[in-house]
Amino acid sequence: MPRSVGRSVRRKDGDDKVTGRALYIDDLTFPGMLHGMTVRATIPCGRIDRVRPAFDTTGFVLVDRHDIPGRNVVAGIMDDQPCLAVHEVRHAAEPIMLVAHEERDALARVHVDIDYTPATPVFEPRWSSECFKSLVIEKGRLDAGFAEAYTVVEGEYRTGHQEQLYLETNGVIAVPEGGGMTVYGSLQCPHYVHRALVMALGLQAGQVRVVQAETGGGFGGKEEYPSILACHAALLARKAGRPVKMIYDRAEDMWATTKRHPSIVRHRTGVTREGRITAMDIDLVLDGGAYCTLSPVVLSRASIHASGPYRCDHIRIRGRAMMTNTPPNGAFRGFGAPQSQFATEVHMDRIAETLGIDPVAVREQNALRPGDTTATGQVLGEDASAVEVLQAAVRKSKYHEKRARWRGTGKGIGLSLFFHGSGFTGSGEVTLASKASVELTAGGVRVLVSSTEIGQGTRTMHAQIVADALGIPYEVVETAAVDTAVVPDSGPTVASRTCMVVGRLLQRAAGDLKARLGRLSPAAYFAAHGPLVVTAEYEPPPGAAWDEQAYRGDAYGSYGWGCHVAEIDVRPDTWAVQPVRMTAVAEIGRAIHPMMATGQIEGGTAQGVAWALLEEVVMRDGAMANHTLTNYLIPTAADTPRIDTVILERPYAHGPFGAKGVGEMPIDGPAPAIVNALRHAGYDVRAIPATPERVMKAGRL
Amino acid sequence: MQLTLTVNGTARTFDGDPAMPLLWYLRDGLALTGAKFGCGTGVCGACTVHIDGSPARACTTPMKSAAGKTVVTIEGLDAAHPVKQAWQEINVPQCGYCQTGQIMSAAALLASTPKPDDEDIDAALRGNICRCGTYQRIRDAVKKAAGVTA
Ligand code: FES
Ligand code: FES
Repeated sequence: MPRSVGRSVRRKDGDDKVTGRALYIDDLTFPGMLHGMTVRATIPCGRIDRVRPAFDTTGFVLVDRHDIPGRNVVAGIMDDQPCLAVHEVRHAAEPIMLVAHEERDALARVHVDIDYTPATPVFEPRWSSECFKSLVIEKGRLDAGFAEAYTVVEGEYRTGHQEQLYLETNGVIAVPEGGGMTVYGSLQCPHYVHRALVMALGLQAGQVRVVQAETGGGFGGKEEYPSILACHAALLARKAGRPVKMIYDRAEDMWATTKRHPSIVRHRTGVTREGRITAMDIDLVLDGGAYCTLSPVVLSRASIHASGPYRCDHIRIRGRAMMTNTPPNGAFRGFGAPQSQFATEVHMDRIAETLGIDPVAVREQNALRPGDTTATGQVLGEDASAVEVLQAAVRKSKYHEKRARWRGTGKGIGLSLFFHGSGFTGSGEVTLASKASVELTAGGVRVLVSSTEIGQGTRTMHAQIVADALGIPYEVVETAAVDTAVVPDSGPTVASRTCMVVGRLLQRAAGDLKARLGRLSPAAYFAAHGPLVVTAEYEPPPGAAWDEQAYRGDAYGSYGWGCHVAEIDVRPDTWAVQPVRMTAVAEIGRAIHPMMATGQIEGGTAQGVAWALLEEVVMRDGAMANHTLTNYLIPTAADTPRIDTVILERPYAHGPFGAKGVGEMPIDGPAPAIVNALRHAGYDVRAIPATPERVMKAGRL
Repeated sequence: MQLTLTVNGTARTFDGDPAMPLLWYLRDGLALTGAKFGCGTGVCGACTVHIDGSPARACTTPMKSAAGKTVVTIEGLDAAHPVKQAWQEINVPQCGYCQTGQIMSAAALLASTPKPDDEDIDAALRGNICRCGTYQRIRDAVKKAAGVTA
């Protein structure tokens, strides 16, 4: 039996996506379906005094907060966000009322007068009086570390909002069925939506069903946002007694939905004359926006990654996620780690510069190696490969040669070294207790998981793992549509966990199934004995321990390791920066499907390059002023440099066939590599996006 | 106002607002949902179809401009078209949302320029955004379809 793991087999979803047969949410209709829309606030902060529809409401279904049968809350970490505002407005896109009509065009007639008593908004996170979460990670004794230092290097670094801009906007259809509610949608995490619907509608779990439609990208932006949208559509559908479709147009999607948290990170680092790091004092602030959403866990990941892939005995990391009066920020590929590692990696080049040492040498001397401990005290396994990825990237890109040759030419080359924990942080996976099942079919087996395909290749990669674990052809492994009435809860499709964690569950379930089959093939067993489903439930790797209070212990099952080298051209007349080439080296344990893994690295790199140079969310009065594709630019082929990808494989004992996560890590590296290339070209940039204006105003080196 | 057009080889009569975008007619009127809505303003390319053989943005094409014309959508592109084949063989799609538009742009390119180089490809696909970042693979697939080695 030819193995499928490690081969770039045909994607399960390839044919439908190439022929146009794949059905995304707006491609579906239901008999009697209405079209819904959201009436939103127009001020960032204040009290609602009166809401008055000022249009002919004949033929419209109207929903306000009094129509909510359950709790007026979007289920989340803090349960602080209402489905529909009560009295208080906390951001300019706050939903206040819902409207539906048979004709989509009729929605243009909706006009609602809202009287407010405005209050003073806060937009600067450091001045906010409301903190969603603060934490401290401490290792060793900072004063002892600074006492050893020859000098201290300080710096402050900032990153801006970034819109996920999945090409398919957010959308759902709610269908009232048998006293309950079924919601179809473009989404990453059907069980999050399920939980939100149960809470807002006051239904039993069995009365709510959530089904994923083909999903046109997520990147974190469809992790928790669809929960509020699903509640809105369901409230309208409940009142109308008919299916309701809600699809955001591009402007609303950009205006109202979550974005990457802006960050402000301060570093104070003690170093010896030779460049050994003796102390790291890091202070990190994330702008959470108006409601908590996922900010506490984004902050956790940002903080744990804030000291980068470096060993140091004396570390203090202080993190805060603050409330501001902008639409809530949320998950975006990387989940805080790109922000904190941007700061670390730009700071590392400044340390090298201060000491007059080569940036590669500084990193190599401090890089985490097997047996070293991270900031939380996690002892790294044999698969810790910071040094390997660094050396491979330097070699492949001819870093030193170009660095010497390009000085003073307007070209620049810079690098970044980073790592990324796979799976939920700390005890998150134990709490999730995810399940995954494999089911016999007449012709083979079927994979039952709630992990969604959002482009990253879930179906294909899971089928490969199951095929090899059972020793059967990839082609006879089917993957079930994600429907909460059919599949077990495998946890959310986030955190680079779909391969490493859920894939491992499938490998175990398939292994158990193989034992049950004995000498029979799946089809022969099915013919003789009928249906059989085998389920595996998460078990932590032996010895893993995490203290949530102290932020000590094994923060992640394992880490991927990466090094990026950016080559840029700076136009001296316009200060425009053209990214010319990226070298992306990633150590990911095992590439189940090398072509898809490469695709993840290329895609994440392209988004990271754009975050560094192009994507600027302009906030005016607390909301995105440039909420169109003509003035918020995302990369075209012309803006995307050539990307040379190198995959290294150092198997992780508890990943399927050795695999770790790959989806998020590639976005950690491009921004600092590009800013370090700007440094090499003579521009002292400390904030991104590095727009021509920022580059023009940057200090000269 | 009544107008006629040909869609994927079938003659059609449209009786409605001549300012309505072709994309809505295709998707809502004819249930041809392969062309996607990404922006509605002509900047993303997700809605790309062929009008009289040239690539066009269906979201910014009013019905009156399609009158008397021949429209081909992804559903009307031969299943054995070399572009579709190449796309499948080298696993181009990630989320897939942009891909029908990419394929229509690529097919139009090959019809006019059978052996394109990198510059031709970039120029023809400049208006098709892929947020998943599949550009490198798209370039390879176009070359494969054209029989020029990548
Ligand atoms: S939807 Fe037509 S160009 Fe974007
Ligand atoms: S494949 Fe997702 S936008 Fe292109």
